[in-house]
Amino acid sequence: MTDTANIEETDANVDQSRKEAYFTAGQGQLIWSRFKKQRAAMIGAAVLILLVLSGFFAPFLTPYDPTIEGRNADYQNGAPNIPKFWDENGFSFRPFIYTFERTRSIETNFRWVTKVNKDKRRYVVLFPQGDEYTLLGMKFKTHLFGVDEGKIHLFGTDGTGKDIYSRTFHSINTSLAVGTIGVLIAFVLALIIGGVSGYYGGWTDSVLQMITDAVRTVPAIPLFMAIAAFIPDTVSSEGRFFIISIILGFIGWPTLARRVRTHLLTERNQEYVLAAQLCGASSRHIIGRHLLPSFTSYIIVDLIISFPYMVLSETALSFIGLGLKEPVNSLGVMLQNVTKADVLLNYQWNFIPVLFFITLVLAFVFVGDGLRDAADPYADTKK
Amino acid sequence: MTSPLISVKDLTLRFKTDEGLVTAVNDVSFDIAPGEVLGLVGESGSGKSVTAKSLMMLNAENSVYEEGSQITLRLDDEEIDVLSLRRPREQMVIRGGAISMIFQEPMASFAPAITIGDQMVEQLMIHSDMTAAQARDVSIEMLTRVGIPEPVQRFGQYAFEFSGGMRQRAMIAMALSTKPRLLIADEPTTALDVTIQAQVIELMKDLVREFHMSILFITHDLGVIAQTADRVAVMYLGNLVETGTVRQVINSPAHPYTRGLLNSLPKLDDLDAPLTPVPGDIPSPLDRPSGCVFHTRCVESDAIAEKCRNEIPLTSIDGANHRVACHLAAQGDQP
Amino acid sequence: MSKDVLIAARDLSVHFPLRGLGFGKRPVVRACEGINIEIEKGSFFGLVGESGSGKTTLGRAMLKAAPISHGEVIFSDDEVTYDLASLQGPELKDYRKRAQLIFQDPYAALSPRMTVRDIIAEPLEVMGITSSRDETDARVREIAAKCRLNLEHLRRFPHAFSGGQRQRISIARALVSDPKFIVADESVAALDVSIQADVLNLLNSIQQESGITFLFISHDLSVIAHTCDFVAVMYLGQIVEAAPTEKLFSETAHPYTKALLSAIPSLDPDDQHVAQKLEGEIPSPINPPPGCRFNTRCPHAQERCRKEVPEWREVSGGHNVACHFYQELA
Repeated sequence: MTDTANIEETDANVDQSRKEAYFTAGQGQLIWSRFKKQRAAMIGAAVLILLVLSGFFAPFLTPYDPTIEGRNADYQNGAPNIPKFWDENGFSFRPFIYTFERTRSIETNFRWVTKVNKDKRRYVVLFPQGDEYTLLGMKFKTHLFGVDEGKIHLFGTDGTGKDIYSRTFHSINTSLAVGTIGVLIAFVLALIIGGVSGYYGGWTDSVLQMITDAVRTVPAIPLFMAIAAFIPDTVSSEGRFFIISIILGFIGWPTLARRVRTHLLTERNQEYVLAAQLCGASSRHIIGRHLLPSFTSYIIVDLIISFPYMVLSETALSFIGLGLKEPVNSLGVMLQNVTKADVLLNYQWNFIPVLFFITLVLAFVFVGDGLRDAADPYADTKK
Repeated sequence: MTSPLISVKDLTLRFKTDEGLVTAVNDVSFDIAPGEVLGLVGESGSGKSVTAKSLMMLNAENSVYEEGSQITLRLDDEEIDVLSLRRPREQMVIRGGAISMIFQEPMASFAPAITIGDQMVEQLMIHSDMTAAQARDVSIEMLTRVGIPEPVQRFGQYAFEFSGGMRQRAMIAMALSTKPRLLIADEPTTALDVTIQAQVIELMKDLVREFHMSILFITHDLGVIAQTADRVAVMYLGNLVETGTVRQVINSPAHPYTRGLLNSLPKLDDLDAPLTPVPGDIPSPLDRPSGCVFHTRCVESDAIAEKCRNEIPLTSIDGANHRVACHLAAQGDQP
Repeated sequence: MSKDVLIAARDLSVHFPLRGLGFGKRPVVRACEGINIEIEKGSFFGLVGESGSGKTTLGRAMLKAAPISHGEVIFSDDEVTYDLASLQGPELKDYRKRAQLIFQDPYAALSPRMTVRDIIAEPLEVMGITSSRDETDARVREIAAKCRLNLEHLRRFPHAFSGGQRQRISIARALVSDPKFIVADESVAALDVSIQADVLNLLNSIQQESGITFLFISHDLSVIAHTCDFVAVMYLGQIVEAAPTEKLFSETAHPYTKALLSAIPSLDPDDQHVAQKLEGEIPSPINPPPGCRFNTRCPHAQERCRKEVPEWREVSGGHNVACHFYQELA
């Protein structure tokens, strides 16, 4: 048995356990170890997880209800309140903000004018009780931070006095939710249509591909305009939300379906599939044991890469007024506010959600790219 | 004795990978004389392709040449230090000018959407002052020379319209149109059927005679080497283990690996002889064995196993021009 | 069919229709045409040919992995007799246990997501040969040991192994159902020369130990010569010559076989024989030449060769050839 003896001998030269770990690593583990080595992807993943969690825990992290109930009528279009530690009145460990008073008088020509009162400080408090909210089915009142008197607006307020900071975080949640539903619907459709197309080939494939191409060529904006016109205003914002998600899913499946089909067509001709067929394996066995696992990694990558497109689509639609509308919190809706010249010139803090939006999309893209690079070289190096 | 066309001295090349520095070529030295065919033999992982690509500076970005590695090209009057050529203009002489290369997979070497003729003309115009019309004439002449029927028609065709053997001939034509001094052939016949292989080898031998060109013929097929090469260099895991004339290496191999390779081949004149493979597998380049790189699989070194494990054998001379890196051979204890 | 013959093909043709435009005659790839061979039990039968010869297709047809367009393939071991053309259902499943395939590419033939143990166990599980996990494990270990794979290897994934080791895993997978007939399709072509010998020796020892009949397909005549008792030479879908190995070399009859033999580069540097030149390229199997398919490249081709298909004639015991003029050319 010289062969095994030699294997033992060369193994002894290196760290035995490390080698063994490589040899026994399944596909998922190999991909993860490759993914870990990419800095951009890991940072993207961290940012992504952070944003998703902050979207999920938004009611806790933000001090006020982002709807009309939480608005600050006294502080509309107000600039961001940055907490300070120090001013001419002295240093303070606890961060504070100034009080803003709105007055109207003959001197101001009867226009509302906001004045800063530097003497009256409002201190930032942690874990105050605030507006009630529901999280995971339970009701809470505690928020992460607030001020002892009045309200604090880290990102300022919009035209109706709603806190932009609170709205931003809630909107991440909304956009992600719409994106998730859209991606899921697209994915299920893509799996079924692309799967049948790729597995059976022949006429089935040709017909299904024609349908796929037809759907793909449908121009999105006119379609949405038509559907938006059909959705009656009486539909609640949640209802509108679901309809938009479903529509996005129905538009998004062709690209995914094509990818699924390509993966299947390649995998179907792999020799190990033929080997299984020559054992008399049923189609079900081949699909379950060989084909599905083979492209799970690709599909996960495709899903993650599709996500930002869904979010972008929803944002774009809401931005032009065809998607979600006020008072729903979504990034697209918030961006709608920015279109007014008044806002552009005077109330630039309305742009802050844009930064979040860019970060979110970039994070998705980096993670998706990193995963794709990690999953791709799984086809073994040939000698 | 004429000075060699190209001299490689102490070439050591490593690749930067995620797992660390991987040594692909270790301290390799050889010469190629003008008009000589040198066969570079080795199995997978031997580093033969990497060595060949070094001659044309074609290795990947993450390759690191060690200090002291030297490749010298001698053309007429000048000596060119290949490894110091940095700018593309300077590198032109080694890439298609004085040195040309043909590959194993001709389909992969031709651009699929450009006609063969256009590619050949492009190559000629880069390396010479010819006009497009002159380049076209020279190209058609080369196509005829390599035995492609109806060359004028073929000139305007695409790579996929050629069969495997024809593509290989077209690639040879393209490589030779710039009249290089050295042709590097990287497994040119491995992907071809044996009857086509015979034709291509015949062609290459004729061209060597006609153009007085040298060939660095890389292959794992010892039979092809025996028929085409003047001298042979055997590589194992990045090291050069034996060099000599083809008769020396094939008829009286001095290195246990060479002997093992020859023994594992089926011989047509003795069909009943058992095949004796070289035991074990080629170690991964990440785990290079200490001392003699072949000691983990050597069956002849039991008596001096200690030495083989710890000391790197220096090349010893075993007859004129026959060099081998083996402790056993150095001792003169050949079985 | 004689009692000693395990599997025989009679006038077997395998045609693949290409996707035509739908109207008129669709072009057909005539991969195999009129094949007649008999493989004896326990023998090592070699099938040699170049690209386009149809040898892979023939091997697959004998496993019912390629469509049998015409003719028949009869399999007969001590227990059952099957006519492959009409085989289906449970009988087909039973045939799969008795006939297996070893692939050429060791890298593509093993599913990268399964451990070696699972790969070898898959046939057992799919075919229902073993009834419990313990039984499966025991059988897997038994076969793995025969192929020099130890327990440690069973836990690993294919990416941990070299080409030669993977090929041994492929062999183990083919052996696990206790087949009577194995088709080895270019099983050593992708391996390094020193590993080739190792795998060939393994196949030989398996054959001697268990009496399995092998159909060994290769383009390398020297490898075939060393391992096989009997050789059939294919060209463009037809068998041009078939003989016991020594006779194929000592009384070579067909011009193509002669050209093949002379094309093999000799290991003797002083043997400067020039390979017999075969003009032209291998024709396409869609439009094979009329008459003797070799006539476009044969150095001795004459009018008759372009018109008449040569008959299958006996040269001596067990040695047959399809050539009009083999006697004159001997």
